[in-house]
Amino acid sequence: MPSSWIFALGGGALIGAAAVLLLLTHGRIAGISGVIGSLLPPLPSDRGWRLAFVAGLALAGLGTALIAPSAIGASVRSSTAVVIAGLLVGFGTRLGGGCTSGHGVCGLSRLSARSLVAVAIFMTTGAATAMIAGAS
Amino acid sequence: MSTSFVCGGLRCRVMSIVLAGLAGTAFGVGLVLSGMTTPAKVIGFLDLRGAWDPSLGLVMAGAIAVYAPLSRAIRRARRQPWFDGTFHLPTRRDLDGKLAVGAAIFGVGWGLGGLCPGPGVVAAAAGSETGLLFVAAMLVGMLAQHGWVRR
Repeated sequence: MPSSWIFALGGGALIGAAAVLLLLTHGRIAGISGVIGSLLPPLPSDRGWRLAFVAGLALAGLGTALIAPSAIGASVRSSTAVVIAGLLVGFGTRLGGGCTSGHGVCGLSRLSARSLVAVAIFMTTGAATAMIAGAS
Repeated sequence: MSTSFVCGGLRCRVMSIVLAGLAGTAFGVGLVLSGMTTPAKVIGFLDLRGAWDPSLGLVMAGAIAVYAPLSRAIRRARRQPWFDGTFHLPTRRDLDGKLAVGAAIFGVGWGLGGLCPGPGVVAAAAGSETGLLFVAAMLVGMLAQHGWVRR
């Protein structure tokens, strides 16, 4: 098994464990687009755990920058493409009610039909876009 | 949305915040280890042509292998989570146009930039110019959707 497979499995297991911790402590789905999106207007009443979770995510980024900066890959696209990608990801995840974590990890784990459909669709359009835009 | 914190004491509130932060950090470290914060790798996974890199499929497999059994066990064993009066889980089962169109739009953005929301935040916090640009645009996209829905 190539080492990238082991890192992918291990990293995935850690993501799953983190989602378990959030469910056990706060009873929440670890869906990143939902956690972040619900911090934006209209504001919800439960900002505490959301802010803490996002701060924790950011801490992982800070730590990575210090310890293993090469793990944060540079973009393979132009700045314009990155901005368009961000706009689409933000709009699409809120409209579709989730992203790779909420629908992908938590939703599929619950055998949710909505999540299964969402994952099938975003994998398909993601693959199509990656192939049309070309891997560079 | 009602949030009934079962703990009122300061120590309990602090613990609840610390553990939510710990969950976020573990989640972020998992994203970094698995390669999700490297756009070229994500695009190499989504691009099925040529030297296809299937490893990122294992990220979801590894996460589900842990989350599916443990989340089920937690739901079975507990009436409520530690720091809240109830579990907040999605209840919708209907398939609608918004779900399909939203997922399709998200996929295009993911395939174009090679970043989804979590890795975007991690990359931005690491000071990556791409990550910062991506997250700023993502927040604008989210706000646009919120406004669009309320209209």
